[in-house]
Amino acid sequence: MQTRTEIGYNSKVEGDVIHTRLDSAVNWFRKNSLWPMPMGLACCAIELMAAGASRFDIARFGSEVMRFSPRQSDVMIVAGTVTYKMATAVRRIYEQMAEPKWVIAMGACASTGGMYRSYAVLQGVDNIVPVDVYVSGCPPRPEALLDALIKLQAKVAREPFMALQKRVA
Amino acid sequence: MSARELAQQLKARFGELISEPAEFRGEITVRLSDAGRMADVCQFAKKEMGFDFLVDITSLDNYGTDPRWTVVYHLYGYGHHCHLRLKTGVSEEKSQLPTVSGVWRTADWHEREIYDMMGIRFQGHPDLRRILMWEGYPYFPLRKDFPLAGKPTDLPQVAFTRAAPEEGGPFVTRPGGQNSTAREPRAHELESDERADRGIAKNL
Repeated sequence: MQTRTEIGYNSKVEGDVIHTRLDSAVNWFRKNSLWPMPMGLACCAIELMAAGASRFDIARFGSEVMRFSPRQSDVMIVAGTVTYKMATAVRRIYEQMAEPKWVIAMGACASTGGMYRSYAVLQGVDNIVPVDVYVSGCPPRPEALLDALIKLQAKVAREPFMALQKRVA
Repeated sequence: MSARELAQQLKARFGELISEPAEFRGEITVRLSDAGRMADVCQFAKKEMGFDFLVDITSLDNYGTDPRWTVVYHLYGYGHHCHLRLKTGVSEEKSQLPTVSGVWRTADWHEREIYDMMGIRFQGHPDLRRILMWEGYPYFPLRKDFPLAGKPTDLPQVAFTRAAPEEGGPFVTRPGGQNSTAREPRAHELESDERADRGIAKNL
């Protein structure tokens, strides 16, 4: 079967085969199927839902299912204000996610504590989990969250997958 | 049946306990001189006067004056559509008053919140424990002697808090500025020399 591709090979000669590195292949699989764990805590969760609905469709980026189970998800989207009372629960959920995992801090409250410089609000979820992408906004537009997802995909594409594997001597 | 007439009825029933109704912008407020009678007054208000909806209970910290606490009850009746505000003072040594959760069940959580934030206890409350902060949190955050940014605490396995960065103090607006740039919330500690240093023009 002849395919039209922009990759520089002639499919009639070489067939439908692409040569690539294992790093790139695995990263391509991972970045195009980042299943979110929605840690929807406050108003940003509404915009997260909007990003998941039909108009802004997060599913076309591979985040097909919002898995509310941390065992089955890849990226935790912390959407909303993280209070100190909730912080232990967020940390526990993060620890239950399997490697590889990433975190998107969505909105001002998750990134830095937002407008709540107070006794009850954790000043940024990066105090308890390592964050990969921060999204600003109060709340950020769904397109901003999708932009963050694209940036996260670019970050995943750069990961040195093979170098991170354990080597048996 | 207006709110003022209902308040007069309340005063007629309880006499010296209830103050003269005060009016502000169409809202009627009465003060109770003895917080310990609050449950009786509320029971009468609900059963006999039709105030079947407790809108809110809130508390004030009159830091520096005695009595330190003022507890405010907002009542409403679906039948007569009238609001009434009951205020009562509680001294800091006592810090207690009877619960009205026997009258309105919703008072349960309102009183828990007042206990959590101010430290005022309610006698006869079915389950008086913290509702917003966690068990074992040592402070009462909405008291005036508690800083806005919070104090560091640590309860292993349960929760922790750190003081939030203030960055020059609460960001407050300057009301009465000529334009929105002048009214923009800024750190209120910036005085005129600092503003010049930071390049903020004088007329802003």
